[in-house]
Amino acid sequence: MDKLLIAVIAVLAIGFIVWWFFGRHQSKEVTAERDGNSQNVKVVVNGGYTPSTVVLKKNVPAKITFNRKDPSSCLEQVVFPDFGISEFLPQNQDHVIKIDTTKAGEFDYACGMNMFHGKVIVK
Amino acid sequence: MNIKNRFVFSLIVSFPMFIGMIIMPFGYDLPGGMWTMFLLTTAVMVISGRQFLQSAWASFLNHHANMDTLVAIGTFTAYFYSIYAMLTHQPVFYESAAFVITFVLLGQVFEEKMKHAASGAVEKLMDLQAKDALVLRDGKMMKIPLTKVEVGDLIRVKPGQKVAVDGIITEGSSTIDESMVTGESIPVAKKTGDAVIGSTINNTGTFMFKASKVGNDTLLAQIVELVKKAQTSHAPIQKTVDKIADIFVPIVIIVAILTFVVWYTLLGASLVNAMLFAVSVIIIACPCALGIATPTALMVGTGRSAKMGILIKNGEILEAANSIKTVVFDKTGTITVGKPRVTDIIGDQQKVLEVAVNLEATSEHPLAAAILNKAKEAGIVAHEAQNFTAIEGKGIQAQISNKKAFIGNQRLLTDYQLDDQTAAKMVQLQNEAKTVVIVGFDDKIIGLIAVQDTPKKSSAAAIAALKKRGLRTVMLTGDNKHVARAIADHVGIDEVIADVLPGDKADKVKELQQQAPLAFVGDGINDAPALTTANVGIAMGSGTDIAIESGGIVLVKNDLLDVVRALELSQKTFNRIKLNLFWAFIYNTLGIPVAAGLFSGLGLILSPELAGVFMALSSISVVASSLLLNRVKLTHTAPAV
Repeated sequence: MDKLLIAVIAVLAIGFIVWWFFGRHQSKEVTAERDGNSQNVKVVVNGGYTPSTVVLKKNVPAKITFNRKDPSSCLEQVVFPDFGISEFLPQNQDHVIKIDTTKAGEFDYACGMNMFHGKVIVK
Repeated sequence: MNIKNRFVFSLIVSFPMFIGMIIMPFGYDLPGGMWTMFLLTTAVMVISGRQFLQSAWASFLNHHANMDTLVAIGTFTAYFYSIYAMLTHQPVFYESAAFVITFVLLGQVFEEKMKHAASGAVEKLMDLQAKDALVLRDGKMMKIPLTKVEVGDLIRVKPGQKVAVDGIITEGSSTIDESMVTGESIPVAKKTGDAVIGSTINNTGTFMFKASKVGNDTLLAQIVELVKKAQTSHAPIQKTVDKIADIFVPIVIIVAILTFVVWYTLLGASLVNAMLFAVSVIIIACPCALGIATPTALMVGTGRSAKMGILIKNGEILEAANSIKTVVFDKTGTITVGKPRVTDIIGDQQKVLEVAVNLEATSEHPLAAAILNKAKEAGIVAHEAQNFTAIEGKGIQAQISNKKAFIGNQRLLTDYQLDDQTAAKMVQLQNEAKTVVIVGFDDKIIGLIAVQDTPKKSSAAAIAALKKRGLRTVMLTGDNKHVARAIADHVGIDEVIADVLPGDKADKVKELQQQAPLAFVGDGINDAPALTTANVGIAMGSGTDIAIESGGIVLVKNDLLDVVRALELSQKTFNRIKLNLFWAFIYNTLGIPVAAGLFSGLGLILSPELAGVFMALSSISVVASSLLLNRVKLTHTAPAV
């Protein structure tokens, strides 16, 4: 009897995992705040990048302030392949990264192991 | 608490349990028995293990799962089960949880060290810069910090000092060690008018130079920028890996659940054994080795080639360099030195040279430089010519003393006649690998000027090496086919495509591309379109901006052997990426079935602790394998003479 129960629980657990990780879950876009001739946005690094998509205005110097709460060594590096940026994020400290906004487009970024992804949209 | 401290803490606290494990077979037990183990493991879980849980939970909320998810699930399952087992008086597995955490942290400590080592190479390049410079300001020499140096400043460099920024020598001469930028180990002699590169070291003489590029515009700064971009870029092969990594962790958890259910319900294993199999699956499957296989190899490979003066722009180029079958060369400045000199003048020496000089005085064509030099030697000064017009693809014409004068290549013969004797002379000169320029005045051809450009010393060796690698070699040139063939034979190139107009080079490259992927090697000034068209554009730069801009691979030195080195390094790096990926996959594909107990019938089982050791080893071995790229032998490492 308990074997049957465990099998049922296992099936439910697998179903939940599939739905939770592979299902479509929307992520929010956040537009950077304008501050005179610059724009700033904060990204919290905790089990991913929140917000994961940041919208920047073209030709306005932009700064993204990363704050890594996550202790994982997975997320300690942030890499923007298009900009040649690869920096280590100190834990629980603000780390500012300047983004070149002279070209419009969508630029993906990721952690050092390319497991977590974020996006910068310049338009 | 940083990773290292977390590791040290868990190592010290789990050590008594390690002793306990050894003395157990002899009938001894730790004082306090399982209660001691409970306390020790709890300390490890809270102090060293908590952060795995924290990170796993944070990712879970974002619909993500990563390696921390696996470590957290694996260890905390073993830990909580042991508490339950202890209270119900069954065997406990505290040490499994504590040991796995210790091993995983050990792996991370090493990985962190190596990652910093791999990415530190670029910063070291920047440290090569001089800190200050001796600059002439207000009539006095003053020592000012590097950041204050401006374009146009006159800077003095004494023996042993570093050249502060890029510039041109205005006074004095010296030999300069440029190895840090070009990779060339032999010091280069420099005199007035020569360009010097910032951060190179002045050997013997004292000289003054005028700064032409400062700050982010210097060659070194551009190289650093390029290398940084290359190191963070992704090889296309990585995309497949990313897709796998994205779904990998949840799938592993599912496999672990299935392992547990199959063992417990179908095979009738005890709850404990079924759980241990599931935990082993989770622990061994950590995909970190997979994630770092490509980036670390790319980082080390591009870093090493940069030190040799070979700048590979990104992972895409690196992967493309692997599949090329043909190498197409530009002639002037690439295979040849690019400094032609006048060897013969047919016709009235004085008159021919005079007309030629007047027409070429303002031209920047390399042939023009040869003619101007010759005229200087002969003491002929250029007069004013007016109404310059280009004869498309043929040459130029202008008015000299109100009469039409022209100069150009063989294609001019469609408009003008050549007498038989001169025509024969022309073919003879061309067969001697000399480029013939036709000079005309008052609607008649008055003579020929033969100009020769000698092949670089390393060209023949480089072509031979490329052929040995099984590559087809082609020379593409605007020059006449006799001249081109003569040069090609001299250096050993198979095929020659001659008489190509500058604007058609890219089209020819496209045509050749139909047959097989190719690399185009050019000097970057007039070859820019061809460089961008080719699968791999290799710019022989001597460090010009256009070259850096248009080539996928930039050779800082002007040595053709670097083409061979660049291709070889790309290949070595890409092979290393494939090897890394292979190992990372093998670890998982072999490890998971073993951990799941598929081979337990053969007595092959993997305890969670052992799984932890293997997992740590897999990351370490991948990073170590990437770092080994620094030591891989190249066939053509001998510096060019």
